Amino acid sequence: MKTRATTGPAEGWEYVIGLEVHTELKTATKLFCGCPNAFGEEPNTSVCPVCLGLPGSLPVMNVQAVDFAIRVGLALDATIQRSQFHRKNYFYPDMPKDYQISQYDVPINAGGHLELPSGRVIGIERAHLEEDTGKLIHRGGHGRIESAEYSLIDYNRSGVPLLEIVSAPDIRDPEEAKEYVTELRSILVAVGASDGRMEEGSLRVDANVSVRPIGEAGFRTRVEIKNLNSLRSLVRALEFEGLRQVHLYDDGEAMIQQTRFWDEARSVTGALRLKEEANDYRYFPEPDLPPVAPDPDLIEDRRAELPELPSTRRGYLARVLPDLSDDLRETVIADACWPYFRAAIDANITPARAAARCANELTALLADIGVLTPARFVEVLALEDRGELGASQVKILLREACVDSTAVPELIAKLGLSARDVGAIKSMVAEVVAPFADEWERYLDGDEKIAGFLVGQVMRKYGRQISGADARQALVELGDEARKSAD
Amino acid sequence: MNDEILDWGIAELARRLESREVTTVEVIDAYQEQIAIQEPEVDAFLSLDLEAARRRAIDQDDRRSRGETLGGLAGVPIALKDNLCTTAFPTTAASKILEGWTPPYNATVVDRILAQDGIVVGKTNLDEFAMGSSTENSAYKVTKNPYDLERVPGGSSGGSAAAVASRMALVGLGSDTGGSIRQPASLTGVVGFKPTYGRVSRYGLLAFASSLDQIGPLTASVEDAALVAEAIMGHDPRDATSLQEAAPSLVRPLTEGVRGIRVGIVTNLVDTATPQVQASVLRAAEVLTQSGASVAEISLDELAFGLAAYYVVAPAEASSNLARYDGVRYGLREAGSTVEEMMIATRTKGFGPEVKRRIMLGTYALSAGYYDAFYVTAQRVRTLVRTAFSRAYEAFDLLLCPTSPTTAFRIGERSSDPVEMYRSDVCTIPSNLSGDPAISIPAGVDADGLPIGVQLLGPALSERLLFRAAYAVERGLR
Amino acid sequence: MTNRIDQEDVAHIAQLARLSLSDEELIEYQSTLSRILEVIEVMNSEDLSSYPPMDHPLETVNLLRDDVVHQGLDREVVLAMAPSSEDEYFRVPRILGAP
Ligand SMILES: [Zn+2]
Repeated sequence: MKTRATTGPAEGWEYVIGLEVHTELKTATKLFCGCPNAFGEEPNTSVCPVCLGLPGSLPVMNVQAVDFAIRVGLALDATIQRSQFHRKNYFYPDMPKDYQISQYDVPINAGGHLELPSGRVIGIERAHLEEDTGKLIHRGGHGRIESAEYSLIDYNRSGVPLLEIVSAPDIRDPEEAKEYVTELRSILVAVGASDGRMEEGSLRVDANVSVRPIGEAGFRTRVEIKNLNSLRSLVRALEFEGLRQVHLYDDGEAMIQQTRFWDEARSVTGALRLKEEANDYRYFPEPDLPPVAPDPDLIEDRRAELPELPSTRRGYLARVLPDLSDDLRETVIADACWPYFRAAIDANITPARAAARCANELTALLADIGVLTPARFVEVLALEDRGELGASQVKILLREACVDSTAVPELIAKLGLSARDVGAIKSMVAEVVAPFADEWERYLDGDEKIAGFLVGQVMRKYGRQISGADARQALVELGDEARKSAD
Repeated sequence: MNDEILDWGIAELARRLESREVTTVEVIDAYQEQIAIQEPEVDAFLSLDLEAARRRAIDQDDRRSRGETLGGLAGVPIALKDNLCTTAFPTTAASKILEGWTPPYNATVVDRILAQDGIVVGKTNLDEFAMGSSTENSAYKVTKNPYDLERVPGGSSGGSAAAVASRMALVGLGSDTGGSIRQPASLTGVVGFKPTYGRVSRYGLLAFASSLDQIGPLTASVEDAALVAEAIMGHDPRDATSLQEAAPSLVRPLTEGVRGIRVGIVTNLVDTATPQVQASVLRAAEVLTQSGASVAEISLDELAFGLAAYYVVAPAEASSNLARYDGVRYGLREAGSTVEEMMIATRTKGFGPEVKRRIMLGTYALSAGYYDAFYVTAQRVRTLVRTAFSRAYEAFDLLLCPTSPTTAFRIGERSSDPVEMYRSDVCTIPSNLSGDPAISIPAGVDADGLPIGVQLLGPALSERLLFRAAYAVERGLR
Repeated sequence: MTNRIDQEDVAHIAQLARLSLSDEELIEYQSTLSRILEVIEVMNSEDLSSYPPMDHPLETVNLLRDDVVHQGLDREVVLAMAPSSEDEYFRVPRILGAP
């Protein structure tokens, strides 16, 4: 395992962090009823007797949610097992039955691990299915729960399938927590289980955090932080909470195991004035739902269909382009980019060029990629690799190839992007430069600034056909020849 | 004529309607008249709508005159226990917490009854949320036993039982969690059937204890019970605990007899009963023997633990099932300055004393530190009970025992002592714990003229045989 | 007879179950619950370790439904049932007590 320099909350201290990531699964319907699993609907329109907990209604499990859970489990190298739903009993107005149906001692996915880009491996304890709650809106008191006059409830989200992925307390600093969530998100998106949109609440993070003096083996009292709605909040909340805990220890005060909330506006974690009541959830097996026992054949099918995961792509990149920067690497392995890169490598395009064109030109075009298939992308890059097109021509060609499905060679002709001919470029430059006799003299005398002006003139006329670099090269060669003949 | 109509069973009623000897409207009118006489005395119903029943009757007569073929329950006046969801009537479970609540959906059994052209006349009284054995725990009224108005009709489906016994409905539907169909059937002299767990969809039944609850019929005869059971059984995709099996054919095999069938008398359950009840069980055994069955005794001492396990499992599940009555989305709300205060005020006002007792008992049994000692132990007893039944069913095809250890008791006699009340269920509880079918059949009356019921038990999915034997007992004792 | 449950326990489970009890009720429930617990405890007279816990009468697994949208309830119907609503929402008193 690689080691990595971590940043403690204070000199001599380190963080111990475990994360619980709740991801909304991208099913068409909710976990236990046929209501649409949709975001942004009118309040209380995506509801039925089951997800409103009306008397006599019964839950029936969604097969697609099981499928997604299995895919995530496989991607995290977890053991997929026969699972049983339990009821977690507690009263809260956003929970229509006043119990949550969740997998307790026998989750569908047990164990597993996730490898970070840094090479560090974070253990996964479990990934289990459960239902989401409705949404509370607080009225009065600036919309905050603690000062509100009353609250409103929208049950559209009630019963939306969640997969809760619980990490081991293996994470050692806030940046690593961010890295973990980012990596997990890309896995969830890659297997199709989630759209990964944190800002819409489809990915929510609770953090368990404690601190300890470096070198201490055991775990100290931990605090659970809720309401971490962005990666930024996650990092800032962990930093704040780590320091708060160190100060408490420094002051000799007792640490209490508690739940705290991240207050984004004030940049602090705070304990809620919740009534003192030990959490006694009175779990028992959900009698309305038979166990889920995934068919081994189905598991093997899903394993075979598992898409390439970010860690696999990173491993591949490390072999073909060991010196690639972290930023470029993460851009290239993104789902939208990766098929183009792989196609280029498979067609023996220079890896550095493939990576650069993916990260720069292709990324800019992704929103309107149109008819630019990986095959056409590779065709264009091959011309560049063979020196038949310059960089600016490639740029133009790629942009056009998104909207015009004409075959690449015809498209080049149609656009007047002639293949490169050094002699031809020189004559173009000579032709453009001829009327600028004074400037030409200054250039020959070594005025580099004027070179830019001359290249600019060339590009104004022939920019569609030749690249700036080629024009400059031709200018340099023409200058050398002129000076030589003057000697 | 009216009295004659009330005597007809479902099959006979169908024949007479078919042959135009009588119209559906005449049938409903006969029942309406009977209700007008009986209901003020018996108090079986929480809501009645005879206007709607009459409109449905007119419609059915119309359809019949146009040559349409009607469903198997056409013209049959039906009383539904008020814990079954109905869009046409409020559904209260006899609780203040749901006073006036009308669900926007029907229970699956209600849809099936309506699909067979059954005519629902009203919703019947019960112990609040089906928790009780006397129907005295209703928040609205105390239903009386038609055989003696000073006595209880049993419970919790006491309203449906009393309605059928007093001929205010031809069919009653009830729910049975620990005997709540069979015990009141026994105490009011009607047939009560609890199907194998999963045979009948629970969708739309206000849950008491989800792993024990089953819906079933209360009727005047075994044949009627079989007809109704056929109509309501079968898989329902809205209930994940509903069996995939199609409804078995029960009516046609009724007359096949019991020759060669092995029946075991459960002696330790017989021992819990009064001498007159014991005598009825022996008379039923005699009938079976005369019909060609072989009858022998068996003691299943393990069943005695069933009562204890039941009073853990049922309250535990109930404590969770009844959490949703919190004043937020429907039903009663009492004011409170915070959500928690509002919920506490609502539940404190809305639930009666027995419901509170069971919620607290269940909460206790599931709470940290007690779960293993209570809940898990009770689950082990369920296995013990099932094992005892498996052993019995190696030697016997069916078992015979009392339904209730006693006949109907006086109103108020046991209501002050919950433990005494709970003991009324000792013979019926084991079938709920194991999930097996059972049926109570009228077997004469005691010295006070109060009905006695005997119970036949069978292994899971043995309904065909169970009904054949019940039919033989019914005919032999008549 | 000794009580198997003390008043503090009764008060605690009442709070867990969101019920409030008067002093008389507290005493009454302590007494009846103790009697019931006495009946229940006969279970513990038997060695049941060889009987695995039975969650449920059914032994079936995987009763799943297809991921297909079904018609739900109209908001008007849903909110008409609510004891209190505001605009398109259910309404409840404040979640936390006054500061
Ligand atoms: Zn729904």
